[in-house]
Amino acid sequence: MSAAVDYLLHLADNALVLGQRNAEWCGHGPILEEDIALSNVSLDLIGQARLLYQLVATLKGGDCTEDKLAYFRDTHEFRNYTLLELPHHGPLSGYAQSSLEYGTTIVRNFLYSALMALLWEALEKSANADLAAIAAKSLKEVRYHLRHSRDWLVRLGDGTDESHARVQASLDHLFAYTQEFWAHSPAEAAAIAAGIGVDVTTLRADWDAIVDAALSEATLQRPAVSGYVTEGKQGIHSEHLGFLLAEMQSLARAHPNGVW
Amino acid sequence: MYTQSFNVPDSPGAKTVALAPSSEDPALQAAFDARIDADGRIEPQDWMPEAYRKTLVRQISQHAHSEIVGMLPEGNWISRAPSLKRKAILIAKVQDEGGHGLYLYSAAETLGTSRDQMLDGLHSGRAKYSSIFNYPTLTWADVGVIGWLVDGAAIMNQVPLCRCSYGPYARAMVRVCKEESFHQRQGYEALLVMMTGTAEQKAMVQDAVNRWWWKCLAMFGPPDADSPNSAQGMRWGIKRVSNDELRQKFVDATVPQAKVLGVTLPDPDLKWNEERQHYDYGQIDWAEFWETVNGNGPCNKERLATRVKAHNEGQWVREAALAHAAKKKAREMKDAA
Ligand SMILES: [Fe+2]
Ligand SMILES: [Fe+2]
Repeated sequence: MSAAVDYLLHLADNALVLGQRNAEWCGHGPILEEDIALSNVSLDLIGQARLLYQLVATLKGGDCTEDKLAYFRDTHEFRNYTLLELPHHGPLSGYAQSSLEYGTTIVRNFLYSALMALLWEALEKSANADLAAIAAKSLKEVRYHLRHSRDWLVRLGDGTDESHARVQASLDHLFAYTQEFWAHSPAEAAAIAAGIGVDVTTLRADWDAIVDAALSEATLQRPAVSGYVTEGKQGIHSEHLGFLLAEMQSLARAHPNGVW
Repeated sequence: MYTQSFNVPDSPGAKTVALAPSSEDPALQAAFDARIDADGRIEPQDWMPEAYRKTLVRQISQHAHSEIVGMLPEGNWISRAPSLKRKAILIAKVQDEGGHGLYLYSAAETLGTSRDQMLDGLHSGRAKYSSIFNYPTLTWADVGVIGWLVDGAAIMNQVPLCRCSYGPYARAMVRVCKEESFHQRQGYEALLVMMTGTAEQKAMVQDAVNRWWWKCLAMFGPPDADSPNSAQGMRWGIKRVSNDELRQKFVDATVPQAKVLGVTLPDPDLKWNEERQHYDYGQIDWAEFWETVNGNGPCNKERLATRVKAHNEGQWVREAALAHAAKKKAREMKDAA
């Protein structure tokens, strides 16, 4: 059971953290249609997170709820990829501030959606029937997210000189974080052994193909990556997740007995 | 959401609509008048007096701007929503408001004014938007109270607009009103739940009601006696019910809801008048209202600057989309040749 819980939390935290980030655009998009589109992506991701947390709560039993999992776990207990918690701008220390950079949002949504389009499809065959059902629903959503982010990646890459330079910089910033996709955590290894999870490394060639085709259409260069592999899915995060959670959890924690 | 705005001339230098009959083609004018008198619809391709067109562009674009600026006060709480369910409901609501902005900009575009022109009016400070969004959202309870009272007041204002003489606006309002009444129910329900919670939660709800009640009454616009544009609006079938009538309707509907919720409306003069068969209510602070409409409220500068920032910082994205579309078209033409 614990293997399932850890693995489900990884999937759920991915969805929640990226959903929280995408919602930051609500009211601030570059064009009204994109406010609406990114809110849609955010709603889908939060919906996925809720289903996964509800499943975890059922497995854990007791008084566990989706909101206890989202609001009352600390930073080191979150299991999301580090990529997903980064702010929408270039590399900066945790307490440094900058404007939202649309290219960063698009590149991140693209890299993650490309993975999840493959992973959810594989998880439709999970030995855990509940997870398989969530995967089937999420697959439809992530295919839309992939199309949306890929279309914009191409527009920005093949747009103006400025947009090309900006989105290439976003890609250079974020690409190294995808190394974490391919390094198994103990939770993933256990879930794979139990037949619940999927061995992500088997999806790598397909992911490369999706990414390379899009980058070529966008006239962007795939960055070479090496060096530090992030470990967010093992609870070791960037400086940014603490701030994200501090904000997200503040109200719920200020009223631990509140009903909403 | 929508408010008093069509009683408010854009500034500076905007003129109120002339009440004098048009000097345009008398036969066309007569046909237009007959259509209006028969409660018929005016469609984009139909002839219409210039003043009617201008009034509609102003009203619909102010309405659209209100939807867009209105995303900001509630958007302020998305990141901190206290449960995942409420977070999802709030994102969906704010997204709906963006959708309302889109339909309304499209409806106004049928009158020959582009979205860019309208946005330029907003960003330069010439065009007004609903002044209710110039107040801050200080606690989570504000989100519920805005749904209940602000969306509630908006519905009162907008339901009559579903019968507006201009077809595209009337049709947009049908869809918008359905969603606004959903927002109103959700807001009220969120408050009902909070009122079953802790003492702090109940106090939070009461505090939010105290701060928003009077602002919501002012949303219906100045008293009828002080509303110079209303008569022409009524004549044109753009405005159907007067400000004071709508305000009374809102008060009468809201008092029993407040009772069920268990909050006090902050007006010592609020009481049932047996003779009038309506609730009496106290004096609205119109000086404060006009200060806020005219740019000197608590958040006017923040709201406008935030819209301008988003627009300016999105410039390169919009340019990229246009440049890519042009390149793609050129390539297709080259391939076809
Ligand atoms: Fe609205
Ligand atoms: Fe609304």
